[in-house]
Amino acid sequence: MELKSNIPDGQIDKKWDKHKFDMRLVNPANKRKYKVIVVGSGLAGASAAASMAELGYRVECFCYQDSPRRAHSIAAQGGVNAAKNYHNDGDSIFRLFYDTVKGGDFRAREANVYRLAQVSNDIIDQCVAQGVPFAREYGGLLDNRSFGGAQVSRTFYARGQTGQQLLLGAYQALARQVGLGTVKMYPRHEMQELIVIDGVAKGIVVRDMVTGEITAQMADAILLATGGYGNVMYLATYAKGCNGTAAWRAYKKGAAFANPCFTQIHPTCIPVTGDHQSKLTLMSESLRNDGRIWVPLQKDDCKKAPGDIPESDRDYYLERKYPSFGNLAPRDISSRAAKQVCDDGRGVGSTGLGVYLDFADAINRLGASKVDEKYGNLFEMYERITGEDPYKVPMRIFPATHYTMGGLWVDYNLMSTIPGLFVLGEANFSDHGANRLGASALMQGLADGYFVAPYTVGNYLAGIKPNSTPSTDTHEAKDAVRTANDRISQLLGINGKETPTEFHRNLGKIMWEYCGMARNEAGLKKALSLIPELRARFWENLRIPGTGSEVNQSLEMAGRISDFLELSELMCLDALERRESCGGHFREEWQTDEGEAQRDDTNFCHVAAWEFTGLGNRPNRHVEPLHFENVHLATRSYK
Amino acid sequence: MSEQILNLTLQVWRQKDAQDKGRFETYQANNISTEMSFLEMLDVVNEDLIHKGLEPITMDHDCREGICGTCGMVINGRPHGPRERTTTCQLHMRSFKDGDTITIEPFRARAFPVIKDLMVDRSAFERIIAAGGYISAPTGSAQDANALPIPKTCADLAMDAAACIGCGACVAACPNASAMLFLSAKVSQLGLLPQGQPERLTRVRDMIAQLDAEHFGTCTNFAECEAVCPKSVKLEHIARMNRDFFKSGILHRPPHTSAGGV
Repeated sequence: MELKSNIPDGQIDKKWDKHKFDMRLVNPANKRKYKVIVVGSGLAGASAAASMAELGYRVECFCYQDSPRRAHSIAAQGGVNAAKNYHNDGDSIFRLFYDTVKGGDFRAREANVYRLAQVSNDIIDQCVAQGVPFAREYGGLLDNRSFGGAQVSRTFYARGQTGQQLLLGAYQALARQVGLGTVKMYPRHEMQELIVIDGVAKGIVVRDMVTGEITAQMADAILLATGGYGNVMYLATYAKGCNGTAAWRAYKKGAAFANPCFTQIHPTCIPVTGDHQSKLTLMSESLRNDGRIWVPLQKDDCKKAPGDIPESDRDYYLERKYPSFGNLAPRDISSRAAKQVCDDGRGVGSTGLGVYLDFADAINRLGASKVDEKYGNLFEMYERITGEDPYKVPMRIFPATHYTMGGLWVDYNLMSTIPGLFVLGEANFSDHGANRLGASALMQGLADGYFVAPYTVGNYLAGIKPNSTPSTDTHEAKDAVRTANDRISQLLGINGKETPTEFHRNLGKIMWEYCGMARNEAGLKKALSLIPELRARFWENLRIPGTGSEVNQSLEMAGRISDFLELSELMCLDALERRESCGGHFREEWQTDEGEAQRDDTNFCHVAAWEFTGLGNRPNRHVEPLHFENVHLATRSYK
Repeated sequence: MSEQILNLTLQVWRQKDAQDKGRFETYQANNISTEMSFLEMLDVVNEDLIHKGLEPITMDHDCREGICGTCGMVINGRPHGPRERTTTCQLHMRSFKDGDTITIEPFRARAFPVIKDLMVDRSAFERIIAAGGYISAPTGSAQDANALPIPKTCADLAMDAAACIGCGACVAACPNASAMLFLSAKVSQLGLLPQGQPERLTRVRDMIAQLDAEHFGTCTNFAECEAVCPKSVKLEHIARMNRDFFKSGILHRPPHTSAGGV
C-alpha cells in the first residue's frame, strides 16, 4: 500500500488555487451521466450531496436516521470558525491555519489545514445566503465569540445551536435538490458493505431498516460522510446511533485507517450519575468564555456546598496554570488538567469526578439576562438533566469522549486508498492532527462538502467514461450482498444470553480505562488481551430477539457493536505503537515534569495509516511523514 | 437533588407493523433512579424484555440531548410528557412519583403512520420542506456575509422560529392533527430575513399545497401545539404565515411575471 498525499506543488497559499485550475472538469452536459452516492447526511454529507446535485450529477444520499436533518452535526452547540477578521483583532487565514496546526499538536497535514482556513470565509457567506440566523450585533453585522486555543474572536454562532442551524441550512439545500429530483434520499438505510470492482469503489450494500431488505446500490463515486467512532467508548457525547460501521467495513475492503488512537475528550460535559447512564451531554466550550473552572484547594472542602467555599480556598487551576489562555486552554489540555485535580482527590460531586464551571462572576458583571441571552438554552439543558439551577449553583462538569480526529486516510483530494472512495468530515483524519480546536468541526464538515469534494470528485469522475456505472449483476455486488446477509443471519443465530448493550457497556469500560484520557504500555496491552476475549464472547453469547425482516433495533445495534469490537483493538494497537504523547493522545511514559504532553518529532512526526490484512492478522502500519514548512515544529505552550 | 428509587407501572402501545391493530401491554419498571432520563428508564425495561426472550419496545431516539427531534412519544396523554419545553429524551424520572402508572403511546396522526410500537413515519415533513422550505442559494453564489446587515431583532426572531426541531409534537397534540406550527416556523424564519424575500410568496403557497396533500388537518387555533412545543415555537409564526398566505393569494403571479416587483 502506497500513501500518496498528492499535495500540489507551490507555496502554501497558492496550492489550492493552482490545484483547482489543474483539475479536470466534467462537461455540464455529461455530469448527469455520472452517479454519486453519499453516505451520511450531516454537515459534510448534506452539503456535498446538495452541491454535487447543483452541479448536475445524479446523487443518492443514504442515512440511518428518519430524516437527514437529524444527523448528529445538529448537536454542535458553540460555533463555527472563520478567518473573516470582522473584529479587527488580528485574525487572518494564516493565523487560523497556524492555530489549527498548533492546536493539533503538529500531527495534521499543513496543505489540508491551509485550504480549510482559506475556504472558511466562503462557508460563512454561503450559510448567511441560505438564511442561517447567525447572532448579530445591533448594527446588523455578524457577532463573534472566542473559543479555545485562539486569542482572536473568530467564532460565528447561532445561540447555543450553531450546529443545528448550519445543518438545517445544508438540509434545506439538500431538500431543495430532492424536490427538484436531482437527489434521491434514502432515510432509514444503513450501509453494510462497500462494493469494490477491480480495486475501485463502485457501490455499497444497504439495509432498509424498516423492511430489512438488503440491496446493492451502484455508482461512479462513493462519498462517506459517516462521522466519527467515539461511541466505541459507550459513554460519549455522540448520538446513540453514531457508529463506525461504514468506515470500518471500507477499511476491511482496503481503505487505510489513519491515527485511530486520536480521540478527543471534551473537558466540559455533564458528569456520569450511575450505571444506567446511556450517553453524556456536552456543555458547549463557549461557556468557557464567561464561566470559570475551579475545584477546592483542600480535599476536605470537596463535600461542602460550593457557596460555602471562600474565594481564597478555591483553585482556578486553568487560570493558574495557563495565565494567557486561562479557561480557554485547548480541549486536550483542559481535560487532562481536570483529570489531574480529580486524581488528586479534589473532584466534586457525589462521585468525586467533577469540577465546577461557575458563572457567578459573569452574572455579577453582565447581569442574569445577558447571560441568559448568550447561554440560556445550555443552562436549561443542564437543569433538565441534573435538576440543578446553574444560575444559583455552579455547574459540575467532567471530560467525556466527543470527537475522533483519526479516521479513514485520505489524500489532498479527500480520496481514500481505494480509488473512487472519498471520505469527508469527521470520518476522515486529515485536518485536526492529534487534537481538534473548538468550532473547527463544523468548519471542516462544510469545507469538505461545499467547497472541496465538488471539485475533487469532479476531477476523479472526469477520468471515468460517462454512463459506465456497473450493474448490480456483477459478482462483486452479489458477493457483497451475500456477505451482508450472512452477517445478519449469524448475529441472529447466536441465541445466547447477553444483550448488545451489555457488550457495548463492557467494551466502553475497557476503552475508557485503558485507551481514554491517559494511556500506558501495560494498560494498552491489557486492553489488547481483553478486547479479543470480549469479542469472542459476543459471537458466542449474544442475544437478539426478533427477525431481520422488520424493524429490529437490537440487530442494528449489534451490527455496530460487532465493528466497535474490532475497531477498538486497532485504536489500542495504534496507541501502543505511537510511543509519544501528542494532543489528545497522552502516553504517561512521555510527559514533561509539569505533566504536559511530550512529543517525539524525531520518530513520530507522521501519520500512521493501518492496512487490513485479514481477520485475526496483525494489520500493517504504514507511515506518511509530515513536513512543517510554514509552522515550525515547537512545543505547544498556552501559558 | 438527591436520588430516589421509583417502582412504576407502564402501559405501553405495542404494534407489530403498520397493518397490525395494536394494543396496550403492561410492564413493571422497578428500581428506577430519579436521575435517569425517560429513555434510560425504557432502556432498563427493554434490557429486561430481551433477557426474558421478548421483543423490546421499538422507539425512535438518537441524540438524547433534545436537539435532533428524533424521539417523541405521548406520555400520559401529552406529547413529550409533563414538563414544558422538554423533549422526551430530556424528561427525567424526577418528574414522576413512586407507584405512578405511566401511559406511553406513539404520536398519533393520519399523516404519521405507525411503523412499529412507538416509531412513526414523519416523512411528510420532509416533503413539505422539499416543496419550498429553503432559500435557493446554490453553493458558491453568496456575497460577503456582512454585505447584508440584518437588524438584530429580525435575526433574533428568525432564530426563535428556526429553533424548531421537526419532532412532530405539534401535530400529535393538535385535535385536527394540523402541522401549521411546523410549517409556519420555516415560513416565518425565512420570511423575516432579507435573503428570503424573493421566494417569500411562492414558498408559502408551495409548502401549504404540499401540506394539504399530506392529510394533515387544518389549523383552527386550538394552540395545543404551542403548549407542547419543546422549543417554544410560538403561535405568532402561524399568524405571520397566514398573512403571507393571504398576501400571496392576492399578489402571487406566475414567476415569469413577478420579477419587476409584486
